[in-house]
Amino acid sequence: MTEIKIHEYTKEELKAIRKTRTKMPEQDAVARGKNFEEVALGYNIEDALREANRCMFCAKKLCVNGCPVEVPIPEFIKLVKEGDFLGGAKKIKEKNPLPAVCGRVCPQESQCESLCTLAKKNEPVAIGRLERFVADYERMHGGGSNGEVDKPKPTGFKVAVIGSGPAGLVVASDLAKLGHDVTMFEALHKAGGVLVYGIPEFRLPKAIVQSEVDGIKALGVDIKANSVIGKLHTIDELIEAGFDAVFIGSGAGLPMFMNIPGENLNGVYSANEFLTRTNLMKAYLFPEFDTPIKKGAHVAVVGGGNVAMDAARTALRLGAENVYLVYRRSMEELPARQEEVHHAIEEGIDFRLLTNPVEVIGEEGWVRGIKCIKMELGEPDESGRRRPVPIEGSEYTIEVDTVVIAIGTGSNPIIPDSTPGLDLNKWGYIVAGDNGQTSKPGVFAGGDIVTGAATVILAAGAGRKAANAIHEYLMSKVKN
Amino acid sequence: MAKILEKQVLRFDLVAVKIEAPEISKKAKPGQFVIVRADEVGERIPLSLARISPEEGTLGLVIQTIGVTSSKLAAMDVGDEISDVAGPMGHATPIENYGKVALLGGGFGAAPMYPIGKALKEAGNTVTSIIGARSVDLLVYEKELGEFSDKVLVSTDDGSKGLKGLVTDALKQEIEENGVDWVMAIGPAIMMKFVSLTTKPYNIKTFVSLNPIMVDGTGMCGACRVSVGGKTMFGCTDGPDFDGHLVDWGLLMARQRTYLEEEKLAMENYLCNCVPSATK
Ligand SMILES: Cc1cc2nc3c(=O)[nH]c(=O)nc-3n(C[C@H](O)[C@H](O)[C@H](O)COP(=O)(O)OP(=O)(O)OC[C@H]3O[C@@H](n4cnc5c(N)ncnc54)[C@H](O)[C@@H]3O)c2cc1C
Ligand SMILES: Cc1cc2nc3c(=O)[nH]c(=O)nc-3n(C[C@H](O)[C@H](O)[C@H](O)COP(=O)(O)OP(=O)(O)OC[C@H]3O[C@@H](n4cnc5c(N)ncnc54)[C@H](O)[C@@H]3O)c2cc1C
Ligand code: SF4
Ligand code: SF4
Ligand code: FES
Repeated sequence: MTEIKIHEYTKEELKAIRKTRTKMPEQDAVARGKNFEEVALGYNIEDALREANRCMFCAKKLCVNGCPVEVPIPEFIKLVKEGDFLGGAKKIKEKNPLPAVCGRVCPQESQCESLCTLAKKNEPVAIGRLERFVADYERMHGGGSNGEVDKPKPTGFKVAVIGSGPAGLVVASDLAKLGHDVTMFEALHKAGGVLVYGIPEFRLPKAIVQSEVDGIKALGVDIKANSVIGKLHTIDELIEAGFDAVFIGSGAGLPMFMNIPGENLNGVYSANEFLTRTNLMKAYLFPEFDTPIKKGAHVAVVGGGNVAMDAARTALRLGAENVYLVYRRSMEELPARQEEVHHAIEEGIDFRLLTNPVEVIGEEGWVRGIKCIKMELGEPDESGRRRPVPIEGSEYTIEVDTVVIAIGTGSNPIIPDSTPGLDLNKWGYIVAGDNGQTSKPGVFAGGDIVTGAATVILAAGAGRKAANAIHEYLMSKVKN
Repeated sequence: MAKILEKQVLRFDLVAVKIEAPEISKKAKPGQFVIVRADEVGERIPLSLARISPEEGTLGLVIQTIGVTSSKLAAMDVGDEISDVAGPMGHATPIENYGKVALLGGGFGAAPMYPIGKALKEAGNTVTSIIGARSVDLLVYEKELGEFSDKVLVSTDDGSKGLKGLVTDALKQEIEENGVDWVMAIGPAIMMKFVSLTTKPYNIKTFVSLNPIMVDGTGMCGACRVSVGGKTMFGCTDGPDFDGHLVDWGLLMARQRTYLEEEKLAMENYLCNCVPSATK
């Protein structure tokens, strides 16, 4: 194991380092625009120790209030400061089972780091980077995602987990550790949910997701790929077949389109298709891998969230000369993680803000341009953000050969349609209580299929709550 | 993994396989399809169910070799395992007693017509199956369709067997002479389009099984968008069967050509094996 040298910082030194957070090494902006390797390279031990020393270990722990699953932030950072990285990872996992993922993809600037006391005067502690560091350290030093756990005593209960995204992974892992017999059903040929088909390699290496999946396999979870629940088996059939409880973590995977003319032209993709072809099917390695993708030279991506940033930066890496990000509000409202926006700008993505597409222009069946109208911000809407309104007569056309629509996703109807007695809300998402209980006895749900498209940490958190509730539910059966 | 149990070459470009699929075969209904990935570097492609045997726990697929994936599948032998088979996808064809039905299969399309036709016959319909080819030696599935059809009509372009002409000519003749209440067509888009155009003036309900390009087959990607009655629908989850009179055929055919260049490159590659495949 690497020797860890602890440096005791003097008061002056501390004062100095508290001003700015430790930079994370990154691939050069020009070079990385041509490869799919990870952009952010992660802290080394020295970086991590320096950053951990910036934390003031505040009694109030405001940072913890900003984390949806209340990771014990100062406690884990203290362990990092002492050089006990494995201990730090273990500490985080008390609340967050997927730190290697969340350290990379959480919108820290609007969660934990936004409330950090340091942020009042200086830059906040880089909580996410430290979280990523300890998780990577643990993975590389044999800790593994689920570590060495004593084989639990089998309870004899069988649980079906539908979907292998963050919500499903956490439920499966937690319940397997409690001795339940868990079978996970995944529609695609590979487990991991959005973490494998959506979020690109350059932001979340698939090896990390694979180690989480391997971790739950090691716990004895039986992963059944190519199993679309609602088609292969319905939920009622699973219950009849002897599953004592079911967890639905099927995500919000239905792509939305804008319903503007020209949207079905060749060269118009949903972000899901564009990213699935590239990530899951490895189209960037075509023809070594069989699945093709159109490598556009001039690409417009519509939307402003993480999905849009991922699609834009993917298009660039596939070889585009110009990538336009068309978003109808302004920079301040961009819902994507700050780091991704920053990286996208560095890489040369052309942001067309306060701009909304009205038509995809085609020629002989292929995209030739996207006609947009300029917008201005009017009165605030229900979401509290100022509503964009079109400026009359301001239409103009951007010449592109590829358009990627990344304006959001909805609820896939396969499970709702095949599951009588499952209550849905008006958008088609499953209605579930705080612990994931649905309107059907023994059936729980969590993650995007309940909340609509949200975040990895919210899905993971919902998974943990549901796992606890499922355990309680099963144990109450024993008593009766 | 799905093991190939039997294999039969039907024609230079058509291969029938029987695969082990105990779970899918118990749930599958005529008209549904599976998504298949030949190997670890493979593309996901949809294939219709040509046989469904729940007792045996098997499925029959008939594959027309046109590109890399279909060629890879056709090259597999008995005992080989197909990497991934997922399904049953899509909705089943609605089986009712429509009266006199005419079923048209082109290319691989005659094969999935088998379970559909059989079910229609069992539901009390009078079944006329219509198949066609350029010439008699390219004709397949005549015997199989004959197992349940009241009548099998054959047409060949060169007149070497049956009616000289296209399947649509045979269909028209059948409509004129005996009357038809319901039509279904499976095959190349162009054939389904012309079947729909043939039945339109007679106002005969015409089902077609659309074959847009797909990726997941579960409603997640939208690659399979088709326009039916002016509305955008997903071929995989809303279909694959649609009302042929409402389909925007131009759009379907244009979208099918999206990857023509790439497919050509991939096929050249596959044939000369220039790029070492990651599986080797
Ligand atoms: C491109 C992209 C970028 C993102 N970036 C970020 C980010 O930076 N930070 C962040 O926090 N969040 C991000 N998100 C959101 C985050 O990934 C999701 O909120 C999270 O993955 C939801 O987890 P989940 O477990 O609910 O579902 P998912 O991850 O969607 O997984 C659901 C799984 O269920 C499977 N499934 C669906 N239906 C069935 C069925 N009928 N039978 C069997 N299996 C089924 C699906 O195939 C899928 O594998 C991003 C999302 C996308 C698409
Ligand atoms: C619901 C449905 C059922 C089908 N059933 C059968 C069947 O039973 N037997 C059969 O031989 N064929 C069937 N097809 C067509 C079959 O999927 C394509 O021929 C196959 O994908 C070709 O792949 P390839 O790699 O061999 O050829 P490629 O060179 O990749 O493609 C040749 C052509 O096939 C079509 N195609 C390519 N990839 C896909 C894809 N992923 N999804 C759909 N179409 C694609 C395109 O039009 C393309 O131009 C069906 C298609 C659909 C949508
Ligand atoms: S899980 Fe996310 S929000 Fe919570 S501490 Fe970690 S990075 Fe911050
Ligand atoms: S608020 Fe900031 S400085 Fe205080 S304990 Fe949390 S991370 Fe450390
Ligand atoms: S194939 Fe992806 S939505 Fe139909």
